[in-house]
Amino acid sequence: MNLRALFALVRKDLLHEYRSREIVIAMLVFAFLVMVIFNFALELNKTIRETVAVGVLWVTFVFAATLGLNRVFAAESDQTSLDGLLLAPIDRTIIFAAKFISTLIFVVLVQLIIVPLFSMFYSINLFDPLFLLTLFLGTVGYVIVGTLIAALALKSRSREILLPILLLPVSIPLMLAVVKAGKNILEGAEWALVRPGFSFVVAFDVIFIAVAIMTFDYLLED
Amino acid sequence: MKAPKSLTYLTYAAIIGFLVTLYMMFFYAPREVLMGEVQRIFYQHVAFGWWFSVAFAVTLLAGIMYLITRDLKWDRWAVAGAEVGIIFTLLNIASGSIWGKPAWNTWWTWDPRLTTATITLLLYIAYLMLRQSIESPTTRARFAAVYGIVSFISVPLTIFAIRIWRTIHPVVIGSGDPTAEGSFNMTQPMLITMLAHMALFGLIFAALLWHRYQLETEAAEVADLKTQLLLQS
Repeated sequence: MNLRALFALVRKDLLHEYRSREIVIAMLVFAFLVMVIFNFALELNKTIRETVAVGVLWVTFVFAATLGLNRVFAAESDQTSLDGLLLAPIDRTIIFAAKFISTLIFVVLVQLIIVPLFSMFYSINLFDPLFLLTLFLGTVGYVIVGTLIAALALKSRSREILLPILLLPVSIPLMLAVVKAGKNILEGAEWALVRPGFSFVVAFDVIFIAVAIMTFDYLLED
Repeated sequence: MKAPKSLTYLTYAAIIGFLVTLYMMFFYAPREVLMGEVQRIFYQHVAFGWWFSVAFAVTLLAGIMYLITRDLKWDRWAVAGAEVGIIFTLLNIASGSIWGKPAWNTWWTWDPRLTTATITLLLYIAYLMLRQSIESPTTRARFAAVYGIVSFISVPLTIFAIRIWRTIHPVVIGSGDPTAEGSFNMTQPMLITMLAHMALFGLIFAALLWHRYQLETEAAEVADLKTQLLLQS
């Protein structure tokens, strides 16, 4: 794999984001809004808050990440620079990997801010290393599928509407496992109870990395 | 373009097969002791459940074949599989719901089997929406094939993911979970009725699939003729 090309592409995305501040700020504000809305929509009190916290956290990230994923290929398609990218003598998989890595960085940046805030507002301690690892692996899975489907939705007429409709059903199994595992971890359950969910998340990541590598070439053919 | 002869025969066979299953369901199969008449819908329920999986497998395989051969014929099989699969999934869920009301005392529970069927339905509705939003036939076929692969993979994943919770859906074939509510022991005529339903619904499935494919082929031809006409004038 051509690491220099990968690095250059990621750097380009990060630089673009640094200058425009288009995606991360929007995701951040949106995530914060979802967090606030859930608090009132579910009429959370202390006990309910503890049982639904992991689920609410995940819904927050899923919605925020979907917002960001809508813009993953936006710069390329708006300025038609995707053609230029495709003309470059590099493997298509590298284009996918670069998009995946830069999107992952954006989402993780948002999480770095939202997780402490969430801990504070929902008065629940999320700083368990295993929980954070599960959170990260779940995010990896969601962003892989998300990047692949963002490329799928790119050519369609109603990209923004279609992306969540295509993406959410595919990621439901991931949500189920990651919420279950996360909840068990925070409740201090033993490893035997956490393991099924945790290994599922790892398996999901591996499977969809493979699927993405196998199918991404077909999406960028023209 | 006329439909092939064998399709006509298949259609008649499917109609006769359906009448046979109706007869078997209502008159041949015995009345189940505990649940009564409502249990009869089980035969259709199982047959729909079996054939919708086959339908989505058709979509997957046809999608892969399209990516390999680039022949739009495979894309037509893929869309046929997805549409017939959606109808069968809907009927599977509806018949299960009708059975569930007396057996479980609720139309719906978030049981793993029910959840999986619902998510499958959503995946293939999304598949059709993706198809609708892309104009160019070749791009559409290519993208739909990729989404067909992704959605087919996520069905077994959903099944694994929700196995973390216990199921109350009865397992009729093989040894079921003793905690499942509404299981029953099948007698010989019941088993025969079930197998007949599975086989004869295959005819209905094949006929619908083929008709849908035929329709799609004719639509493509009409589109071709339209372009030719526009080019001439």
